Amino acid sequence: MKRALTMSAAVVAVCASWAPMAQAASTLVIESWRADDLAIWQDKIIPAFEKAHPDIKVTFAPTAPKEYNAALNAKLESGTAGDIVTCRPFDASLEQFTKGRLAPLNDLPGMNNFSAAAKLAWSTDDGKTTFCVPMASVLHGFIYNKEAFDKLGLKEPKTEDELFAALDKIKKDGTYVPMAMGTADQWEAATTGYQNIGPNYWKGEEGRNAVIQGSQKLSEGGWVETLRTLAKWAPYLGDGYKAQSYADSQNIFTLGRAAIYPGGSWEISGFNAQATFKMGAFPPPVRKVGDTCYISDHPDIAVGMNTKTKNPEAAKKFLTWVTTSDFAKIYANALPGFFSLQTAPVAVDDPLAQTFVGWRNGCKSTIRSTYQILSRGAKPNLEDATWGASANVINGTETPEKAAERLQAALANWYKPQQK
Amino acid sequence: MRLYRAAFTRGPALFKDHRFLTTKGYAVATSAQRKPIRWHIGVLLAPAILIYTVIMLLPVFDSLRMSLYGKGPDGAPVFVGLANYTTLLTDSYWQGPFWNALWNNVVFFIIHMLVQNPIGILLAALLSLGKLPGREFYRTALFLPTMLSFVIVGFVWKLILSPAWGVSKTLLGSVGLGSWFAPWLGQPDTALITLALISVWQFIGLPMMLIYAAMIAIPDELMEAASCDGVTGINQFFKIKLPLIWPSIGVVSILTFVGNFNAFDLIYVSQGALAGPNFSTDILGTLLYRTFFGNQLQAGDPFMGATIAGAMFLIILCGVCVYLYGVQRRLAYYQM
Repeated sequence: MKRALTMSAAVVAVCASWAPMAQAASTLVIESWRADDLAIWQDKIIPAFEKAHPDIKVTFAPTAPKEYNAALNAKLESGTAGDIVTCRPFDASLEQFTKGRLAPLNDLPGMNNFSAAAKLAWSTDDGKTTFCVPMASVLHGFIYNKEAFDKLGLKEPKTEDELFAALDKIKKDGTYVPMAMGTADQWEAATTGYQNIGPNYWKGEEGRNAVIQGSQKLSEGGWVETLRTLAKWAPYLGDGYKAQSYADSQNIFTLGRAAIYPGGSWEISGFNAQATFKMGAFPPPVRKVGDTCYISDHPDIAVGMNTKTKNPEAAKKFLTWVTTSDFAKIYANALPGFFSLQTAPVAVDDPLAQTFVGWRNGCKSTIRSTYQILSRGAKPNLEDATWGASANVINGTETPEKAAERLQAALANWYKPQQK
Repeated sequence: MRLYRAAFTRGPALFKDHRFLTTKGYAVATSAQRKPIRWHIGVLLAPAILIYTVIMLLPVFDSLRMSLYGKGPDGAPVFVGLANYTTLLTDSYWQGPFWNALWNNVVFFIIHMLVQNPIGILLAALLSLGKLPGREFYRTALFLPTMLSFVIVGFVWKLILSPAWGVSKTLLGSVGLGSWFAPWLGQPDTALITLALISVWQFIGLPMMLIYAAMIAIPDELMEAASCDGVTGINQFFKIKLPLIWPSIGVVSILTFVGNFNAFDLIYVSQGALAGPNFSTDILGTLLYRTFFGNQLQAGDPFMGATIAGAMFLIILCGVCVYLYGVQRRLAYYQM
């Protein structure tokens, strides 16, 4: 009996001594879909922040990417979400903000480290309020097998004619599949095809804004030209590309079986780990010599603050730290291919990532055309329709003109400025 | 399985009448006394009814109720009656995908009925032959795929049929048929048939087992008597065994119907939520999923999703009713 008493006294004493310690440091929980980055957060980003702010403890709690939107929504609704929320670009986050679940961050110190374009994906439609701190964007382009290019005496194509000439040469030689892409998942055809080469056709932001304002149609000009060019890709894709998935394409390229991979900077970490040959990258070729080049520089990830957080001060400290170059340097180098959106340039060590980010100097940046505003319709949703249209024209089951008409109809069906 | 049992309890019609008589007799004899309340029936049934109600009936009715609501101007649900069903069947953006999915579902079902069930019957007939060496092995091997997860089946077949690394191209090439190979899962006119055949491969064990069970229940004396009367060989199957297993075939058909119109997993695993290429493999299950939960940039619409679920429920209900009242009553049951 006596022993039990001493034991419980000891337990009480230990608890009592722990309690004040636990209260002294505030704890922040980060919601994210980047489960792949868990190690980077735990080993690099969080220790760096905790070193600067010893009074704040940070936990990174990711969910699987497919479930993130639904899981986050449910957590925010029931009030169990973490203090810091990783923001998807555009409507998914805008909806949380309009429901009052994400705090406005206009007054956050350090927000002026970002240009209006960088903040676009996490601002209200009028651009007046920003509710997430932009972390990174991804660039579209073509990655190629340097060994294959050297062997066949090819140079990086600058114009579209040069690209097709190179593809012809690779096809004639027969050692390599000219281009690693499949249409089975549809996402590839739209994202690494249509959204990759399209900006050169619709002149980036100029065309995108014109569609938003209703002065251009998706069934005319550069918009349908993009689909016509995509249809010409079919003969250069590998045998059975119709049943080739995204993962198949990645593997075909990293195994050295294909010469060119239409994709984007988000592939860099994975390809560096998989491929045994040297890789290079070139931006989407322009249509004629001397044309301005446009690149899809797509905002992908940001962080915001849950309005119901119990530690708003600590959360703001964390978000302010994300606006600094300290964070940008760690993030951009831990994840080459995810480029900082801060106005001050951030040095990246990875050579392939350097190539990609270098295009920002010579080319004009734009974002994926379907992401802002235009994909709010449900029947059918423009993004989904674009996947289908891009895959169909490559498969040859729909003409570019018909596919473009269908996209325009999908948009005009609900979008007022396109109904004039 | 519920349906399976229901079909068999209908069998012994004679017993029913007999029981009816005894109950009546009992009632006459004891009408003066107060009948004791038979608590045990309720108590014993309660757990099953309770669990079934909570996890099956309530969600079904709540989903049906949800299909009668729509999103109001302020985002709150508003009662709209049957408007969602009208939209589904008449709106140009809903009816196309809906009829496409329904038609694909019908094709999916027809392929199962034409391929899976006849082969299932054949395998059962072979297994129930008197002397078949290695019968236990075949029985287990043929039933194994049925126990595999959809994810494994979808993934394995996608790999086998993959034009980049699949073995099917090499296998066809080794017998000189290399030119027959095509990216079957990527072509609009072959994708659905390919998936249906994969599903047949997976589920061939179910009709085989059910019909095998019915076949081994046929007494040997019956077959011996048939032999004495001069019915031998293949005639024994068509004249004696087949009439005796018709009820089982009926049960297998209705199980196939319900399973096929509820199908979703295999298509989702191998073709994704967009059921490509160009919606050629889109069935009601994938259409429901896409509508209810959304896809990529498309937000989910729980009300229209519930409407599609409601339509699926009605289609399956009608099919089962047609079977129960139109087919099952006409089947002849034999006492053995």
